[in-house]
Amino acid sequence: MDMSALNPVAIAVALIVAATPLVFAAIGELVVEKAGVLNLGVEGMMIVGAIAGFAFTQETGSTTVGVLAALIAGALLAALFAFMTQVLMSNQVATGLALTLFGLGLAAMIGQPYSGIPAPPFPELAIPGLSTLPVIGPLLFAHDWLVYASLVLTAGVWWLLNRSRAGLILRAVGENHDAAHAIGYRVVAIRTAAILFGGACAGVGGAYLSMVAAPLWVEGMTAGRGWIALAIVVFASWKPWRAFLGAYIFGGVSIAQLNLQAMGVAIESQYLSMTPYLVTIVVLVIISADKARARMNAPACLGRPFFAAG
Amino acid sequence: MKRLSLLAAAAAFALGAGAAQAADPLKVGFIYVGPVGDFGWSYEHDQARQAVEAEYGDKVETSYLESVPEGPDAERALRQMAQSGHDLIFTTSFGYMNPTLKVAKQFPDVKFEHATGYKRAANVSTYGSRFYEGRHVIGLLAGEMTKTNTIGYIGSFPIPEVVRGINAAYLAAKSVNPDVKFKIVWVNTWFDPGKEADAANALIEQGADVIMQHTDSPAAMTIAEEKGIFAFGQASDMKQFGPNARLSSIIDHWAPYYIERVGAMMDGTWESTDTWGGIDSGMVGIGEFSDKIPADLAAKATAAKEAIIAGELHPFTGPINKQDGSAWLAAGETADDGTLLGMNFYVEGIEGELPK
Repeated sequence: MDMSALNPVAIAVALIVAATPLVFAAIGELVVEKAGVLNLGVEGMMIVGAIAGFAFTQETGSTTVGVLAALIAGALLAALFAFMTQVLMSNQVATGLALTLFGLGLAAMIGQPYSGIPAPPFPELAIPGLSTLPVIGPLLFAHDWLVYASLVLTAGVWWLLNRSRAGLILRAVGENHDAAHAIGYRVVAIRTAAILFGGACAGVGGAYLSMVAAPLWVEGMTAGRGWIALAIVVFASWKPWRAFLGAYIFGGVSIAQLNLQAMGVAIESQYLSMTPYLVTIVVLVIISADKARARMNAPACLGRPFFAAG
Repeated sequence: MKRLSLLAAAAAFALGAGAAQAADPLKVGFIYVGPVGDFGWSYEHDQARQAVEAEYGDKVETSYLESVPEGPDAERALRQMAQSGHDLIFTTSFGYMNPTLKVAKQFPDVKFEHATGYKRAANVSTYGSRFYEGRHVIGLLAGEMTKTNTIGYIGSFPIPEVVRGINAAYLAAKSVNPDVKFKIVWVNTWFDPGKEADAANALIEQGADVIMQHTDSPAAMTIAEEKGIFAFGQASDMKQFGPNARLSSIIDHWAPYYIERVGAMMDGTWESTDTWGGIDSGMVGIGEFSDKIPADLAAKATAAKEAIIAGELHPFTGPINKQDGSAWLAAGETADDGTLLGMNFYVEGIEGELPK
């Protein structure tokens, strides 16, 4: 086997493309869950974002408008979830599942006129001078702006949750909504904001898929990535950088196994196909191995409905 | 995810079934492995379903379930379809084979048609297309058009259908370009545009400048277009996804078969059969050739297609050895259908191990 045929730079670039939709979706869901809400509709919000981003890019010719539309579309679908679970007090698990089904169907319907059209190219944000450097140029300075945005998002969410007053309030609502309510925080409003934020992130993640990773629209193209994002949040024990790492491990191993196959490594492809799931779970479980601490990290009110009593 | 899409399908189906009691049309059901909008495999099956409706009007009533996962879950979907009064059910993916047989046993009065499988029963027919004939034609094109002598092949699952396609394409490419190499990546899914795109990128990274695929979405075609290399439409023409990249395509035409079988149900002549139609039957279409293909090559490929139709050329004609060097076909000998249908080996010259 000729290892020189494996170009680490190209693999790293492909890895980033595979991981970015997961980063957006997982970070968004992480904020939602930190506020004590379990939204299983990530897949639905992603696919609606995917078609919204694709459609608006087609109609306006602007990828920026496309991303913005995806963000809004994801948030709109999330607003539906927020209304159902926060106002009508419906069951979060059932509503989330319904949201996924609804999103998949809605996207398929909206997307009909957009099937069979290639996407316009997504501009790369090549940083002049730096992007032409060997190795680190393509690795660090020649991506589309959404990749940098995903990094900023992760850092921002980490800062928000751990270093800001707003984050403290959000976590308080997720840990003990009755106490938070008692000292005067508006639990429903805060949770709704978190849900909308999560929806917007998932929407952008989906748009990344239809605008950059596989630049086309086909029904069901998220192919389960929303569920992977949900799993990453849990295995990352609700920590933003771990979720980021999880997305990159998953993306990285997926890409590496495809490259290994293309090189003709004699490992059966079924095992290679399994590895992204296995490795991601194993790594995240190991770094979250301290059970007591991991449990502490799970928002205590996750998935529990809040009634303002009195 | 799997369970969900089935739930969705079941819900959609329940809605569809409710509306249909009035007259007494023949009820025909279809089960698809992907969404009808995949612009590949399931899309073409659904086109044929619509052709059946157009042909028979209100004498027939069709319904379909899309994105039904292969394996045990398919059984529930099938049983539900059989219970709700369907007379004829088309199960359109290889992985539905055992569920189809199992449910067919429980519903002896319902007729089943299973695509690309090899197990039959009194009320289960099988049908498929000799896509390997098409693979031969596009294999010739690929072998001549590659400059790096490296052809990338995206496989779904290592089942005979897919392995046969790889072998046929390889033998054809090799016959016009002795230096040609195939790099094969298995994605273990029929439909995942993101993953198919990743696989195409990995193959291009490994030097492939022509991509073939045996998966259902046009994602690889869009990547080929982006990277300025060549690819082939799979199941549908896919030209719109790669106006420059697409060299030709293998197109599935199920309509003639579906119309014939539904007709047989209506006049009571349906019986369990095994149909394996090739280019000559109209079930395998070869898309028009791109103008990137030089005229002499296009003529050569057209001649091969004509010879296949005329029965003068069999894509598997000896001498052919298996990958391990053991003899398979002697000079001039052609492969029998039984071996082709159960093909579980690479031919000599393909590198890499076939997953078991």
